[in-house]
Amino acid sequence: MLNRYPLWKYLLILIVCVVGVIYALPNLYPQDPAVQISTTNGSLGDQQLDRVTRALAEEDIQVKSAAMTGNNTALIRLADAEQQLPARDVVDETLDDDYTVALNLADSTPSWLTSLSAAPMKLGLDLRGGVHFLLEVDMDAAVEQRLEATASAIRADLRDERIRYRSTDIDDNALHLEFANSEDRDAAREQISQTFNEFQLENREEGRRAFLDMTLTEQSIQDIQDYAVQQNLTTIRNRVNELGVSEPLVQRQGPSRIVVELPGVQDTAEAKRIVGATANLEFRLEARPDTPDAETETFPFRNSPQRTAVLSRDVIITGDRVSSASQGFDQNGRPQVNINLDGTGGSLMNQATRTNIGRNMAVLYIDHSTEMRTVTKDGQQVQERIPTTSRSIISLATVQSALSNRFRITGLDSPTEASELALLLRSGSLAAPIYFVQERTIGPSLGAQNIERGIFSVIVGGLLVVAFMLIRYKAFGVIANAALAVNLVLLIAAMSLLGATLTLPGIAGIVLTLGMAVDANVLIYERIREELRRKTPAQQAIHAGYGRAFTSIVDANLTTLLVAVVLFSIGTGPVKGFAVTLSLGILTSMFTGILVSRALVNLSIGGKPVKKLWI
Amino acid sequence: MRQFDFMGKRRIAFIVSIVLTIVSIAALALLNLNLGLDFTGGTVVELHYAAVPSLDDIRTLLANSGFENFSVQTFGAADEILVRLQQTFSNDVGNQVVSALSSSGAQIDLVRAEFVGAQVGDQLRDQSGLGMLVALAGVAVYVAFRFQYKFALCAIISLGHDVLIVLGLFALFQWEFDLTVLAGIMAVIGYSLNDTIIVYDRIRENIRLSRSDNLAQIFNEAINQTLSRTLATSGTTLLVLFALFFLGGDMIHNFAISLILGIVAGTFSSVYVAAALLIVFKLERQDLIPVKKEEVEEELP
Repeated sequence: MLNRYPLWKYLLILIVCVVGVIYALPNLYPQDPAVQISTTNGSLGDQQLDRVTRALAEEDIQVKSAAMTGNNTALIRLADAEQQLPARDVVDETLDDDYTVALNLADSTPSWLTSLSAAPMKLGLDLRGGVHFLLEVDMDAAVEQRLEATASAIRADLRDERIRYRSTDIDDNALHLEFANSEDRDAAREQISQTFNEFQLENREEGRRAFLDMTLTEQSIQDIQDYAVQQNLTTIRNRVNELGVSEPLVQRQGPSRIVVELPGVQDTAEAKRIVGATANLEFRLEARPDTPDAETETFPFRNSPQRTAVLSRDVIITGDRVSSASQGFDQNGRPQVNINLDGTGGSLMNQATRTNIGRNMAVLYIDHSTEMRTVTKDGQQVQERIPTTSRSIISLATVQSALSNRFRITGLDSPTEASELALLLRSGSLAAPIYFVQERTIGPSLGAQNIERGIFSVIVGGLLVVAFMLIRYKAFGVIANAALAVNLVLLIAAMSLLGATLTLPGIAGIVLTLGMAVDANVLIYERIREELRRKTPAQQAIHAGYGRAFTSIVDANLTTLLVAVVLFSIGTGPVKGFAVTLSLGILTSMFTGILVSRALVNLSIGGKPVKKLWI
Repeated sequence: MRQFDFMGKRRIAFIVSIVLTIVSIAALALLNLNLGLDFTGGTVVELHYAAVPSLDDIRTLLANSGFENFSVQTFGAADEILVRLQQTFSNDVGNQVVSALSSSGAQIDLVRAEFVGAQVGDQLRDQSGLGMLVALAGVAVYVAFRFQYKFALCAIISLGHDVLIVLGLFALFQWEFDLTVLAGIMAVIGYSLNDTIIVYDRIRENIRLSRSDNLAQIFNEAINQTLSRTLATSGTTLLVLFALFFLGGDMIHNFAISLILGIVAGTFSSVYVAAALLIVFKLERQDLIPVKKEEVEEELP
């Protein structure tokens, strides 16, 4: 008997291998160290690029190429990675504040490959350095904020409808309204049930007092929390983009967490401040002397806390109405923030100021923060978060004329503070407070070292396996090694195609796959040897060996795949990377171990009568 | 080819396994795992010194700068220092440590700083335990479906044995148990199962082919037939793992250890525990007969 595959099988295997090579190829082109320039409000074109390249040339920094990569972004590739940092500083100095300059690693994949949408694997943070944050959105606070907003809306409603209420009270997920008698309560219930359908309403009597309990339904709590996380995700994404990091990752993880990964960033302090900042502004009028106490609030000044001012409780607008903001200086050289309001904000501001010319208007700076405190509860040490909100006046100035949608605020400490405030106003505020539950900073040297060691151990491990197979299975060892090489190529191609991120455990997964990938061939060859010992003719032995080993291979690999899938579903970050490589490795090794090696055997000796197998 | 009488020596193997398991359980119970940052929460700062520093100096400097509950150790090389802090995380602790330590005039680079909140750690611990159980259960169902429930039971016991021994050794030597080690142990489950399945596959095949009722004899043959494959595959895998262990760097050192131990234990257990247990559970020829029809179709590649 002879061992032959039909032509289509050879062709199929060949096509898979060629596709594999094409998509694995981009990983061979090294990435260029680069500086990325982007702008949101300036113009970026050849003129700026010329200026930058000339400045770089003066500093003896070799530029490989400088080109626009989009409408508002340009990439300057450098010849030497050492010069990346100085180059960024030079570019930053040459261009003014309207431009964001960031370090980048630019792919140098040739265009014919990119046109096939082939791209190299992305490197994980542990391989290229950077910061990783895990943020938790404070879900209770999100619900509480919504309840507070609802309470004030209801108060306004009831006042409009002239329904008298005694008090509004909030405790977990519920709002309690108190009325003097049940008639008022019923009227209020009628009114409320029309507008606030996310609540379950219930009447309660306590002596002569009548209460209305409004409880949020499970569904609406979930909606509120979902909205809070989504909104925070958008805001954080905006802020990260403002930081000018190339290829940042902002992603939801689980119901209440957000992952932020900033490759190449080393200054964690700045990144954390901006990602987690909760600063916002409120504009209020100063209270008239005759305003009743219930409608005023007293706030300290930010620069001199002993000085205070009495402000009206009514907020004209908050920072949420800001459409754009930028940092600048006033005529005395003090930092200021120039603000543009959106349409609604502009008209609200205009209404409020038109009728109040000559009165003082205050700008309140609001900062929510949480403090961790260790308290002993039931004999156990528990970390408790205590949310604090500080409100302070940064400026109090007389309204000279009706304000429109453009104005500026002063009273900030430093240009840095002004530019951060401008950034926060531009990117929007957080819908619920967030706090950091995990943080990893990986220095660039560690990343480079990890890659180097990882690749080295892949090579050494691979060579050891190759040598082992050659010694043990001789000619068939060559075939197994060819299959192993194809396996490595296919694995890399699959990872690149799926856009998987290569992490250090991922490299370990590749190494492990190399060791385990030969298993299929070992199983087959041992079977062939057995058959040969039973004096089966060579071709039949090959056929029986492949046939009999098949169920073992499938059973063994499917169970391992099962474990890898579980690992993927429970793991995070690096462990996920390991699970992905392991799963893909199992699939590709089954393909190469069974089909590719069989095709090679069939091609080389399957078609002719052989007496002896060199195995 | 020489035939080893594996089943004849199964009593000795059982004693070895039982002793190892008891030692592992004792180590886990008495010493506990040295859980890494991923599970406990806390802060780790890794620093690179230009010149080899004295650990005691670092400790005094940190204590003077107001840090509490910290530990200082070298990490890999003598000029790589690892500082662990317990839950004293505040903004930018990495740079604080660097500035506290460089006040003595030493040249220091921050290599990495990691902070994990206690909640995240707890959650991860629960999730990992659950994941391991889910993996084992999934495997049991698959084996019961493909073979028979006695096989599933024995496979699970032998997997549990491997995992316990690796965990026990980690507890005994107080090696740090972090997320990568967990990944390693999951891989061990997959790997050891791989071995076990291959032996089982052969046992099933031989039971169906032979007319003898002497199961110990059949098992011996099956194990001997698969022995060279088992050793070859374990051998290649161990080769690459040793490459990882020696060359892969400190961050995957423990990962490599967990896999090396796991593969040694797994190879042993797939020969002795998994197969020999089938005798204890009184596997009979009849247990495998009804499945025969299915088998014929699956033999085709």
